[in-house]
Order: sequence, then C-alpha cells, then structure tokens
Amino acid sequence: MSAVLQLFREYDIPGAFLVNIELTLWAALFSLVLGVILVVMRIAPVSSMRLVASVYVEFFQNMPLTIIMVFMVLGAFAQLKLSFSDVFAANFFWLAVIGLSLYTAAFVCESLRSGINTVPLGQAEAARALGLSFTQSAGQIILPQAFRGSVAPLGNTFIALLKNSTVAAAASVATESSSLMSEMIEFHANSIVAIFLIFALGYVILVLPIGALTTFLSNKLAVRR
Amino acid sequence: MRERRPGVYSPVILRPVACYLPRARMRGMNETNETQKASAPIVSGGRADPANPRPLVELAHVDKHYGRLHVLKDINLQVCQGEVLVVVGPSGSGKSTMCRTINRLESIDSGVIRIDGELLPQEGKDLARLRAEVGMVFQSFNLFANKTILDNVTLAPIKVRHMPRKDAEDLAMDLLARVGVESQAQKMPSQLSGGQQQRVAIARALAMKPKIMLFDEPTSALDPEMVNEVLDVMVELAQEGMTMICVTHEMGFARKAADRIVFMADGQILEEGRPDEFFDHPKSGRAKEFLSKILTH
Repeated sequence: MSAVLQLFREYDIPGAFLVNIELTLWAALFSLVLGVILVVMRIAPVSSMRLVASVYVEFFQNMPLTIIMVFMVLGAFAQLKLSFSDVFAANFFWLAVIGLSLYTAAFVCESLRSGINTVPLGQAEAARALGLSFTQSAGQIILPQAFRGSVAPLGNTFIALLKNSTVAAAASVATESSSLMSEMIEFHANSIVAIFLIFALGYVILVLPIGALTTFLSNKLAVRR
Repeated sequence: MRERRPGVYSPVILRPVACYLPRARMRGMNETNETQKASAPIVSGGRADPANPRPLVELAHVDKHYGRLHVLKDINLQVCQGEVLVVVGPSGSGKSTMCRTINRLESIDSGVIRIDGELLPQEGKDLARLRAEVGMVFQSFNLFANKTILDNVTLAPIKVRHMPRKDAEDLAMDLLARVGVESQAQKMPSQLSGGQQQRVAIARALAMKPKIMLFDEPTSALDPEMVNEVLDVMVELAQEGMTMICVTHEMGFARKAADRIVFMADGQILEEGRPDEFFDHPKSGRAKEFLSKILTH
C-alpha cells in the first residue's frame, strides 16, 4: 500500500489521466462536427458527396489508429510542416487531437447513420412532401431524431475514443497516461502489477459513468412513436 | 425519359371523360343528361370557368417499373380544379404508386406529369417549390415524432413560406380547430390516437394552402371507430371545393364525395366514371369482380 502511495507521490497520475480526458473532449467535439458533416453527405441526394463521405469512412475505419498518429507526427508535422504551436508538447497534443478526430469521425458518422436508420422513411417523405429542402428536412426532422436514436452507439464510440486516446503516445504526447505507465514501469519494475492495476482501474472509473450516462440518456431521449 | 413527339400523344390527352363536373353540381341534372355527359368531351370542374377547363394535375403516358415489375402502365389522367377523384382497386394495382408520383415521392421512367400546367421538375429547389403546392396525407400519418402537434403544423409555413411564427401559429390553431384537435396542440404525436394524428396530418398539409391534396389510403391504418372522424374532415374539404385525389378502400366515402372514380388494376386504369355509374354498372370484368368482393362484406 505504501508502495502505491509512494508512486502517487512521485508521479502526477491524475494529471496524466487529465491529459487523456482533454484529448478525448477535444477530439469528441471535432469528431462530432466532422461526423455530422459526413453523415449528412452520406445521405445527401448528390451522389458525388455520398461517394466522398463513404470513401472517407471506409478509409479511416479500416486504418489502424497508430498509423494515423505516426503519420500526424512524421507526415503532417515533419514533412508537411503542419504545426499548431512552437511549444513542442502543445504541438504534439493538437496533432494527436487531429489524428483522433479524423479517425473517430468515421465511427461517429456510422453511429449516426445507424440512428438515421431508426427514423422511419415516412418522416423524410412527409418533410419532402411539404416542400422542405434536403438541408431543412435533415436539420429539422432527420438528424434530431437520429441523434436520439444513436445515443447508445455514440456513447460506445466516445468510450472507445477515451481508450484510444492512449495511442496519443505514438504521437509523442509524453504526458498522457499510457506513456506515464511505461515510464513508471521502467523505474519501478518491482511494482509492475500495482502500476498496471492503477491505470486499469483508472480507466474503469472513467468509463463506467460514461456507460451509465449513455444508458440513461438513450432511454430518456428515445423517440416515442 | 423517352422522347415523344407531341403529335403522337396529344389526341390521347384530349380524349373524352377527362374531367367531370363535381358531384355537387350534378345533382340538379336529370338522368339522361348525366349519361350524355359521361361520354361527352371535357367538362370543367369546380370553381373554374366551365368553358375553359383547367387541369390542375395531368398525367400523360406515365410508365414506371420496379425492376422487372411494370407497376404503372401508360397512365393518362387529368384532374380539374375542384374535382374530387377517388382511386380504387385491388392492392398491388399501383394506385398508391400513382398517387406518389404526382409529387415525385416516386420517380417515373417515362411520360409527363404536370401540376397546374407546370412540368414536374426532377430535383432540387424547383421540385421543393412545387411540392409545397401539393398537400399529401399518408397512410401512416408520418407526423414528425420530434415535434409537438403545433410545431408539426407550423414547420413548413415558417421554413418554406417564411411566414412569421405568430401568423403561422394562428393559422395552425385555426386549422387544428377545424379538424377538432386544437386541445392537443402542445402534445407530442405519440400521445394522440390514430384518428387524431391523421386529422393533424391533414391540417399540416392544409397549412401550406395547397392547390391540390393527395390522400394515400388515409384510413387504412386506423382502428375502425376512428375512420369516420377522418372521412368527415375529407368530405368537408371536398364540399369546400378542394381538388383532391384520394386512394382509398372506403367505398361509402367514394360514393358520397367523389366526382369521379378511377379503377386501377395491374398498373393500368381500367375504368373511370361517376360513382353511381361505376358502383352500379361497372363495365370491366375486373371491376365487377373487385366490387363483388368488397361490397358484400
């Protein structure tokens, strides 16, 4: 026990988790925006827009996140000179956020699309029959109902995002939890099980409330038909 | 779309029995006059000038396939202003599909559809504008599940007609009162009975002040005791001179409100005529068979 307390004194473990939470929140925000744009494109009446969106989704869904993260650092930053800040740590943080957002947006899009599939076709037909344009019927009728129908898959996507945020280590975000865990194991190899449990429990504590909230919201927001 | 030279089809469009006088006007006529009228050339309807018929809806040589299934076979139809047209026929005869082609919820393979003389556009803003002129009531009501009853009715006037919210709400409350559901205005659609939902759907369509109303089996999804409350609203609309195309299985309504009955089977219009004529003396074998099945139960 004292060994564990010693570890907490020596390393800023909550601070490391906080970095993951920050990564998650920013990436959740950006991926939600991008995901909504993508799903609107996927149901758009223009076939070229549908094509672009489905190519994007297929590409990022089938791409390992680690490769995207490594590309953000070695490709986007080192080769293409994409830079967000002169401070190294901040720059890598934002590169990681972008990588996570690009990747998660594909899953957000598919979650929302599963929500759109819960909206009866008649809703869109009624909107069109009244003379509403595609964007009006998407914004007023389809997406609001789709969001409420896709709370559960969206929640799962964001749980996956939180766990995926540890892959930011591959984008040289050295302060996040899995990087800290490796560092701690390196210097306290005798407490490896304790260190492992600290981080495992940390994620369980973070994920459980998201899961509970998701279940609560998906019941509360369900569209009554 | 297949090219057709005007000369090829114009005689067919102008064939007789295109439009009938609305029923209200015909009551004064004697029997012989009526039989003559049946085969006489175009008679205008409704409030339109009898000498100058104005077809509000015009379908010419409309064809549609679902894969290998030929669902609409060379449909020719004209509906004049103020006319109430009831489409009947066995299920799978293409009557709903025909109804849905009129505001392009279903596309067509070939042929021409005109609304008030204007060619039905393929896509985009023009189509949306034209759809706003055509009210539609669905079998499954299709009220917007995420909006209150009031918002269901005000949405299109506000978004499409750019009506101020206050005016739209006044209009909506008037219409809801007319169909007898004004006390439900703040509820969600799922809290209403089927009959109430369908009456709201009619109010929602009327809020756009459409030139024509399409009813696609509006009472088929209702419990029997709720059918009449919806039919009463429709009869009232018909009496006010609304141009209506109704696909329905309610033969009592068809007799009472229709100016003309169109009988469809296997994607074709097999017979058309005034209600008494059609119900009492059906000409085609298919119509006789159909009527014998539904009128005896």
